[in-house]
Amino acid sequence: MVLFISLIWACSSDNGGDIPQPPVDGGGDDPMEDPQEVSFKRDVMLVNWADNIIVPSYEAFSEKMSVLIESFETFKNEANTTNLIAFREAWFSAYVSWQRVSMFEIGPAESADFRFSMNTYPTDTDKIDGHVATTTYDLSLSSNRAAKGFPALDYLINGLGQSDEDIVAKYAAPEKDDLLAYTEAVLADMSSLTAQVISDWKNGYRDTFVANDGASATASVDRFVNDYVFYFEKFLRAGKMGIPLGVFSGSTLPENVEAFYKTDVSNELFLTGLEVVQDFFNGKHFGSTATGESLATYLDDLNTVKDGEDLKQIINSQFDKARELVNTLDEFRTEIETNNPPTDMLLAYDEVQRIVPLLKVDMVSAMSISIDFVDADGD
Amino acid sequence: MAVFRILFGLMMFLSIVRFWGNGWIDKLYLQPKFFFSYFGFEWIKPLGNYTYLIFIICAFSAVFVTIGYKYKIAIITFFLSFTYIELMDKTTYLNHYYFISCLSFLMIFLPASSYFSLDANLNPKKAFQHIPIWTINSIKLLLGIVYFYAGLAKLNSDWLIKAMPLKIWLPSKFDIPLLGNLLSQEWVQYAFSWFGAGYDLAIPLLLLYRKTRTFAFVLVVIFHVLTRVLFPIGMFPYIMIVSTLIFFDAGVHHKIVNLIARVFRIAKHRFDNGHKLVLDNGSLTQLKYMFVVLFFTLQLAVPFRYLGYPGELFWTEEGYRFSWRVMLVEKGGYTQFKIVDGSSGKWFYVDNSDFLTPFQEKQMAFQPDFILEYAHFLRDKFSKDGLQKVEVYVDCQVGLNGRLSKTFIDPKVNLAKEQESFAHKNWILPFEDEIKGI
Repeated sequence: MVLFISLIWACSSDNGGDIPQPPVDGGGDDPMEDPQEVSFKRDVMLVNWADNIIVPSYEAFSEKMSVLIESFETFKNEANTTNLIAFREAWFSAYVSWQRVSMFEIGPAESADFRFSMNTYPTDTDKIDGHVATTTYDLSLSSNRAAKGFPALDYLINGLGQSDEDIVAKYAAPEKDDLLAYTEAVLADMSSLTAQVISDWKNGYRDTFVANDGASATASVDRFVNDYVFYFEKFLRAGKMGIPLGVFSGSTLPENVEAFYKTDVSNELFLTGLEVVQDFFNGKHFGSTATGESLATYLDDLNTVKDGEDLKQIINSQFDKARELVNTLDEFRTEIETNNPPTDMLLAYDEVQRIVPLLKVDMVSAMSISIDFVDADGD
Repeated sequence: MAVFRILFGLMMFLSIVRFWGNGWIDKLYLQPKFFFSYFGFEWIKPLGNYTYLIFIICAFSAVFVTIGYKYKIAIITFFLSFTYIELMDKTTYLNHYYFISCLSFLMIFLPASSYFSLDANLNPKKAFQHIPIWTINSIKLLLGIVYFYAGLAKLNSDWLIKAMPLKIWLPSKFDIPLLGNLLSQEWVQYAFSWFGAGYDLAIPLLLLYRKTRTFAFVLVVIFHVLTRVLFPIGMFPYIMIVSTLIFFDAGVHHKIVNLIARVFRIAKHRFDNGHKLVLDNGSLTQLKYMFVVLFFTLQLAVPFRYLGYPGELFWTEEGYRFSWRVMLVEKGGYTQFKIVDGSSGKWFYVDNSDFLTPFQEKQMAFQPDFILEYAHFLRDKFSKDGLQKVEVYVDCQVGLNGRLSKTFIDPKVNLAKEQESFAHKNWILPFEDEIKGI
């Protein structure tokens, strides 16, 4: 009996543990086993994600950040409209590139609070003005999330005046040094966070991420799929469209569009985000048309076993449909400010919305991934 | 019976310690802002930090049950505190917990502390070596019902013909040693499904017959250890393994008691007094019999209440709970609630995470009674915030056992106006597929 109870204890202590197990051979000598029916390899998918998508995306983003800083240096040395325009272009190009990495809020990015540090909007202009005036600020504080990153730059590059001349004038005014110093500090914060995230990925986290190829709630695939769906729902769907549209507040909030001061780019930022999410779904390598093991191939693999509907196709068509409708829209801010209600944009939003249950119900349940981290018992 | 009492109390104590140790009291009963009540039990809510007190009471009463001290009061306290905990939020409903409530209720009427207990030690007048056979058989009957009904529930086309939901669940356990690679094999999934159904139906009988009993117990251990390895089902497998010991005859139980007695240096022979407990014929005993008979009648009938509802049981879940339907469905849902101010026509969507924990949101998303209760909560909340004639609509997509998700709740129905009751909810859209079977 004692032995029995101690056995029970021994078993319970492995609760949810991720004890690494040596890979078990598929066992070709088992006559019952059909060699065709190889189960999906999660580790191969993780390698594809890390080496062909995540790390290259970060590297490309980091390059854009360097260009952005260079163009700022030029502008700082000579504040004229030509240099402002070049600075703005570099900002936009880095902002688009940011959309390609924002999704990967796991590991290094998560511990660096990367997404909120880089892209919290609407930006707090009062706070920025205050910081510029007092010259005392610590941008690493989370209370300053809304005073830094791309949206703060949006204000500093595009929002300080009506015309480029007005903006340049601010950078020629007596308090220009404080303004430049603040802009520089924002850029320095962004670039150091980026460097930190990349270095963490390359020095250890990539291997940790790939090695954690099990099936528990803390395994890389389960965690990342949670982050992926969360990003789509909260940041892409709600953040870039739903909130400014007012679908959660009852009245429109045009000041909540991404890139509020450079409003002709909000749509493109959203569409890039949508494309990235779809590319990731299909395992498309960064900057190439090649694809590898992905959520889509995982579904394919499960579906052949399941004889189910072609979920991969259904999800991809819904992505396409959403993109099609968003493509026909005017600038988000214009749609929201001039139409009451903004019917076209609401209709486009509905199509974006329809992707959520496909990912959050159909995809995750086919993969048997739990969509939250609650470790409660089931029956 | 003594062995059963000791191990049951011990298991309960460990379960509560484990529950507490995992931080679940805080996570499940203190953090949420809103709790899903059982119809008719809306008054049962967590008590803030005093919730810990309920767990302490429950744990102590489990210890008292184990040592058999003030057994009657202890088991009643245990039943009440445990059931209170379960009624606080139906998000956490598990058949296992319901089983514990049933079992502890039944044990109130059983003389489980007549032998090898502190009560019997302190008061020799209450010490009996032999107790009426029906008291032991009643536990066997309850266990038999749990297994057999669980087996009946598996006799449906999804489970047997499609091997669902094991076909979804098993391949995701690929990292389990030895078995991992087999689990993605279709024949393994079918084998598990059929073996599971057969096991549930046959095990009560195999345990009853002396000749097959040992073999059956080996099966019980294998089956439950396997479920423990494959699924996150906590203490339940051990509770079941221990419970099935009740099927063994007195000889085996005496050996176990001997072992415990030796370890704890308890003089077992003191309890072997040969006294026989004979229940008198008084009205109290009559009442006791009545309760037990009524209890079992309900146990046999309640799982069949689904027959009174139209539609597919797995889809509507009307009559699903309290019926030993264990691990039958892979069901997931997504809900988006829309609040409309009836007088101005203004509307907005609700961010569920403002009010619910992820676990609550997940459970709510595919169970109609949760959806309705939450809709009413939203109605009251926004009415208080100053909205007029609040209307609540939901866009709810649900997928069941690998089928593509489809709209679950009629999006045109104003849930603010619908009432909770035991009647069929006609705003649940039809399943449009068929799952044959019981």
